[in-house]
Parts: sequence; C-alpha cells; structure tokens
Amino acid sequence: MNNSISINNLSKAYGKAGVLKKVDLQIAEGEIFGLIGPSGSGKTTLVKMIVGIESATNGTVEVLGKRVPNLTLLENIGYMAQEDALYPELTGKENLSFFASLYKMKKANLKDRIAYAADLVELTDELGKKVAAYSGGMKRRLSLAIALVHDPQILILDEPTVGIDPELRISIWRELMTLKKEQGKTIIVTTHVMDEAEKCDRIAMVREGGILAVGTPDELKTTYGAADLEEVFLQAGRDAR
Amino acid sequence: MRTLALIRRIMLQLLRDKRTMALLFFAPLIVLTLMYFFFNGESEDPRLAVVGGSEPLITAMENASIDVVSYDAADNQTIISDNLAGLLEIKDGSFQVVLENNDPSTSRALLMKITQIAAMQGGGNAPSIETEYIFGDEDTAFFDVLGPILVGFFVFFFVFLISGIGLLKERVSGTLERLLATPIRRWEIVVAYLTGFGIFAIIQTIIVVFYSIQVLDMIMIGQVWHVIIVNLMLALVALSLGILLSTFASSEFQMVQFIPIVVIPQIFFAGIIPLEGMADWLQNLSRIMPLYYAADSLKAIMYRGEGLSDISGQPAGSRCFCGGVYLYEHHCFEALPKIIKVFQLSAFVDSFFMGLWG
Repeated sequence: MNNSISINNLSKAYGKAGVLKKVDLQIAEGEIFGLIGPSGSGKTTLVKMIVGIESATNGTVEVLGKRVPNLTLLENIGYMAQEDALYPELTGKENLSFFASLYKMKKANLKDRIAYAADLVELTDELGKKVAAYSGGMKRRLSLAIALVHDPQILILDEPTVGIDPELRISIWRELMTLKKEQGKTIIVTTHVMDEAEKCDRIAMVREGGILAVGTPDELKTTYGAADLEEVFLQAGRDAR
Repeated sequence: MRTLALIRRIMLQLLRDKRTMALLFFAPLIVLTLMYFFFNGESEDPRLAVVGGSEPLITAMENASIDVVSYDAADNQTIISDNLAGLLEIKDGSFQVVLENNDPSTSRALLMKITQIAAMQGGGNAPSIETEYIFGDEDTAFFDVLGPILVGFFVFFFVFLISGIGLLKERVSGTLERLLATPIRRWEIVVAYLTGFGIFAIIQTIIVVFYSIQVLDMIMIGQVWHVIIVNLMLALVALSLGILLSTFASSEFQMVQFIPIVVIPQIFFAGIIPLEGMADWLQNLSRIMPLYYAADSLKAIMYRGEGLSDISGQPAGSRCFCGGVYLYEHHCFEALPKIIKVFQLSAFVDSFFMGLWG
C-alpha cells in the first residue's frame, strides 16, 4: 500500500517549550489511523501540522506526495477542528454551503454533497435553524459534515465524537468504516477514548510530544503483553521513562 | 461572606486584566490632557487685509489684536490666496468688509471688532458697514462647519468598530483558522473583508450624507459624489485600522477599549476646535490623524465647494499614517502566529487604494 501521509523528524516548539519532538510517522492510503493520547500530549498540534495551518520548527510533512503546506492539497483534505468553528448567526445550511463553496465543485454536485453530508450526521431536519440554537452535539455533527462536504481523499478529525451521544457515535464510526471501505479514504482520528482506538486499523500512542508506540491494536497488545489498550498505554509510558 | 468572595473575585479578575486597569486609570488622563491643550490654546490673531485705512485706524486695530496687512488693492481672490480672514476696504468713509468665513466664530469676532473700532473712529457717528461673505453667509451656524466633520467621524467610528469586531470574532471563534484549512488564499480573505465591510460602509456613507443634506439641511455646495468618495477612502482607513487593532484585542470588550485611545483623540484633531493657534506639537500631531485630512477635505467640498482636484494633496499625510501602521503591523506579525499574518497583506491592498487617492 502507498503512503498517504509521511512525517519525517517533525518538531514543533513555541518559544523554548517543545510541543512535538522528532516525530516520524507513515500513514497508509485507505486506513483509519488513530492518534491516542491524553489532552496536552500534542495530538492537535500534530494534526494541524498535517493540514498545514501550523508550521513546523523542524522536519517535514508530505501528504499525497506533496510537501505541506500546499493550497491545492487542501482540496483533498477534510479537516474537523477540536473546537467547533462555525458561524452562529448563520443557519446550518448556510454554514455548510459557505464552506463547500470554498472548494472547486460543480453547482449541481454541491447541492448533492450538502444533502449527503447533512444526512450522514442526521442534521437534515435542523439545517434551517441558526447554529446559535444548536446543542453541543449538533455543532459537532455539523463540523463533521463540513469536513466531509467536498468529498476529500483524506479526512482529519480532531476528537470528532466528543459530546456526541453513544448511538450517534456508533453510526458515525459505521460511516467512517464505509467511507474507508467503499471510497478508499484515508482517515486520521484523534481520541482519548480507548474503545474508539480499538476500531482503528492502526494507532499511534502520543505522549508529551513523542510517539510511544505504533501498530495495530492487536499488535500492541501482544508486544506489551497487555489485555487492553489502556494497559498498553500505561506500559508504554513506563517504558519511555 | 458570599458577597466578600464575589468582591474578591471581581477585583482579582480586574487586576489580572492589565489593559483594562491601564485604561481605567490612564485613559481619562490622556483625554483630559488633550482637552486641556485644545481648549486652552491661544487663538491666533485674525489676519485682515486693509485697503485705504488711515494710520490711527490701523493702530486701533492692531491694539485690538487684529493682524493688519495693508494692501494698495485687493479683492476676494487675495483673501483666499494669501490665507486671510477678511478684507476691509475703506472708500469715502464707508466700510466694505469681505469675510472668508471659513470658521464662523472667528468671522463673527472679527466683524464685531471692526464695528467697534469704526464706531470709535467715527466719534459717535458710525460709518456704514457693508458685509460680504466668501463662504456661507451671516446665518452660517457652527453646525454648518461642524457637520462635514461629523459626517466623516461617524463613518470612521462605525467602520472601525464593526470591522474590528468582525475580524476579532472570526479569530476568537476559530473560524479564521478553519478557513485556512480550506484552499482559500490569504489575499482572498483580505479582499473579501475589505469588500464585504466596504459595501456596508458605502451604504452607511450614502445614508449619512443624504440625511445630513436633505433632512438636516446641512450646507452642501460641492458635489455629493466627491463627499462620498472622500468618506469611502476614510472608511478604508478605518477598516484597516480596525482590522489591525483587532489583532491586539482578545475580546470585544478590549476592542471597545480602543475607542478612548484611538477614536476620541481624532475628534479633537479633526478641526472641531480650530487648530490654528494650538501648540506646534499638537498641530504636528494632527498631521498624522486620518480624520484630520478627511474632515478638512469634507469641509472643503461641502462648505467651500471645492472639488477633489483641489484637495488631492491632503491624503499624503494620511498615507504616512498608514505607512506607519503597516510598518508596525509588519513588525508585530513577525512575532504572531501565522494565521494573523493574513492581514499583512491588507497593507498592500490598502496602500494601493491610498495610492489611487493621492
């Protein structure tokens, strides 16, 4: 399988404080890749550097063979930020079509995509409401729909299921699986929920700006002789010290 | 005890916000100092051209603090070209006065002095005085001169505040960062901001100008579209200033705090209080205030009926101001995260517009 994303010797520092320390990571085409770690471990910074909105202090990121940052590359990336970046004065539909219209898309196609994305996150009936009236979970779902709306090859989702009820969470994961299987999309997900990590093809454990371990959930469990990922995480953390 | 806890928390919060503290204690001092200098400024002696005046008359006038310039012959053009407050021509004992009337209160004071001196010289039998005005007439009120300044001020004020807060919201809510994760180019964002707010600035300008002229009957000798163009340029300056300062604010509240620092001083410098006769450093300071140039241009068009070509020299100073802003902007952006660098570009866009204006 080809590498969709290749990260080499990537470091990021704000002033003297190092947030990421010499990260190396290869993410294959068509896999669901999980970045697991506690908050403050550098997951979000790493994800932002893959998208190209945060610059690297050192090292490189390549996405689909192109060096980040690259504007044309962004046509192929769907990004969902950790904080919902929405316009509360506009309706859900207006938010969706605003973001969709920033991408190269045909008018007819645009309409279909908006309908598809809204349907996927079960927001079709609420699209006419102003986002200010949305609940936290609804905002999260709208953000996910926005990340999907231009049919990107790569999806980068920063804690997509926070504040979403269990039932919808299951349906979102089911949909992510379908996107991977049927459309061959590469999906990067950050989470600190271990049972979500189980659903990923491969995971990287992030802690204090470094990668502790990379592998499939089963591989990691075998390597560390652990019963579940939680234990792997603790074990790997201890080894790192 | 609960109240005490609340008091403690409120004080702690305020103490943490250093900028609010500074504003609370020092902004009134700055504004008061400015007002002190403005209202205590020595008023400059009005310069009056005199044709055919006798020696005692001129001495009497100079004693009444009128700066008398004797001419052999002079007409209305002389007043404007030599920057005089008025012209007194004495023919066969009758007085003919022409007043420039650029500032009605100066004119009124000058006319009163001339009348008094004429009466004294005449020894009880006062000569007849005929009065003419170059701009406006004897009914010209303070508001007629103030009006054009206020028109400019409101355009400046609201565009500054709304554009600043608009960008601030975009930045704080994370949507600006989210936008940068889409293929949109930075200059496209800047152009969109300028155009989006610019359209509302145009509408506001048109409404304000027409209301002032049609309903309030403000004096309007020049061309309406010249007024609109000047206000548009001013709106662009306000737009870039608002956008720039919003990068230094972390909340709407902090944006509002810029009003006493940035907006109020401009009112004083805009010429509501005549700047001639002020301390030199105050006059020099006014040269870097965008509102000074805009107000002067608006007064020239609305009150004196001049055209755009007559006032095209004005914006040079404003451009210097913008240049300074951009240099500072550039410096600040070096240290700020990449997302804010977007607005460096606004410098070039605005410089372009400013270039057109000059």
